[in-house]
Amino acid sequence: MFAFCQDPSELETLRWLACYLTTGVHFSFYFSFIKVLGILAVTAPVALAFGFLGAMAARSRFIPFSAIGKSYIAIVRGVPDIAFFLFFVIALDQAFEWLRHSYLCPDWEEPIRQGTDFIVCPAAKLPLGSAPEVVHEAYAFGLAVITFSLVFGAFAANVLFGAMRAVPRAQLETAEAYGMSQRQTFRRVLVPQMWVYALPGLSNLWQVLIKATPLLFLLGIEDVVYWARELGGTKTARFSDYPHGDWRMWYFLALLLFYLLMTWGSEKILNRIMLRLTKGQATAGGEAQRKARPA
Amino acid sequence: MKNILLMAVGLAVSASTVFAQTVRMGTEGAYAPYNFINDSGEIDGFERELGDELCTRAELTCEWVKNDWDSIIPNLVSSNYDTIMAGMSITDERDEVIDFTQDYYPPTASAYVAAAEGVDLEGGIVAAQTATIQAGYIAESGATLVEFATPEETVAAVRNGEADAVFADRDYLVPLVEASGGELMFVGPDVPLGGGVGMGLRESDAELREKFDAAITSMKEDGSLNELLKKWFGEDTQTY
Repeated sequence: MFAFCQDPSELETLRWLACYLTTGVHFSFYFSFIKVLGILAVTAPVALAFGFLGAMAARSRFIPFSAIGKSYIAIVRGVPDIAFFLFFVIALDQAFEWLRHSYLCPDWEEPIRQGTDFIVCPAAKLPLGSAPEVVHEAYAFGLAVITFSLVFGAFAANVLFGAMRAVPRAQLETAEAYGMSQRQTFRRVLVPQMWVYALPGLSNLWQVLIKATPLLFLLGIEDVVYWARELGGTKTARFSDYPHGDWRMWYFLALLLFYLLMTWGSEKILNRIMLRLTKGQATAGGEAQRKARPA
Repeated sequence: MKNILLMAVGLAVSASTVFAQTVRMGTEGAYAPYNFINDSGEIDGFERELGDELCTRAELTCEWVKNDWDSIIPNLVSSNYDTIMAGMSITDERDEVIDFTQDYYPPTASAYVAAAEGVDLEGGIVAAQTATIQAGYIAESGATLVEFATPEETVAAVRNGEADAVFADRDYLVPLVEASGGELMFVGPDVPLGGGVGMGLRESDAELREKFDAAITSMKEDGSLNELLKKWFGEDTQTY
């Protein structure tokens, strides 16, 4: 990066560090922070949507719907994350390819399963074998978002299911007394009021989600923890211009700082949201706000 | 006119199916000198150089992919990449699930490294990487096995005293012992393990395997494989 980086072994500490921290591999490390933030930014709303649908299904009076919603919540919450990430992603990928295969290559005669191998026709591969690496990475990113959303959606569904039931029954009865239909009651009364009950649970989930990103490497996405481990590992002079001992502690300290910052930031934002949501609610928080306001 | 156009389209289609197939090469990227990530963030090492040369000889377009060691075989059989070149020893257990080319690295010697002479290798605590032949060997040797996901962690376990010794491919340990300045040392005898290192492929991919097999044979015959071995593993390494 810098002109003086030609022979790092000659440099004094500060310049050496400047060169070391700007190697190509370090830029991959910095980029992985953006990747992780990107995954979080996409996953959180999608997971919330999954959770909302799951909760709606679970409390539905139509039995098949509520069965689907409840079993989604129960199954996904029960399976260990790591098993889910090892098994489900490969299965999901194969399901997509199998669907494409049966549509695109109806004349294909060889079996799809040959022993342990899974073979579809080349045109059905996802992404295509000829696709550039970027497409492969984007696909892996997409699979990661779907998997994360499914897992965290189930937890969110349970939180929202509970929150919907926590809204005081009197509120709903009043809505009915005003002649609102069930759908109107749900949209105008229940949903606006449930968030205040859901938020503590959801904020827990958000914090867990932030810390779950190392699972990404199981899906072939190099996240911050992977790079910290890789960069911090011992480097000998034979294979690197910047030999150093086991520096994983320093890299993990940097990660610690990153995660603390994330937690601290989200805490602040969530507190503000909470303040906003309690406004005018029939809860202890809302009551306190009302009393604090000068009459 | 119409025929010419059709022919041109036909040619373009057949050309794209011939040239567009990229062979995706899976590796771990954490096992110098076999494969590692270099300063500029690319996959480098003996297998990178060998693999690129094999692809040139077999007239294939190749692309390298990194994958975690734990899931490296499941992702191969599920066709997420087409080959594994990750210092993977040819063993009967693996051969049941995937296929191997002939070995491009002679049967490896595995070795113990410890922080002090005279540690108990028979009854002590020995670190090895999960799902390797070394871990399998230690599990049956009577010593207590502690497994780690990456090779780096197995060595770190010896440095911080969690394990008495680490058991791994000798070639992986040599540069680390050299660079440790006497902190780490080889102890006990070397143990020959496995049937050499080969390239892993899906069992149904016989055609691709033959291509790579032929390329490896040609590199063995003209001595270029030996040169590569010496370049990456030192003058004293075993050759063909």
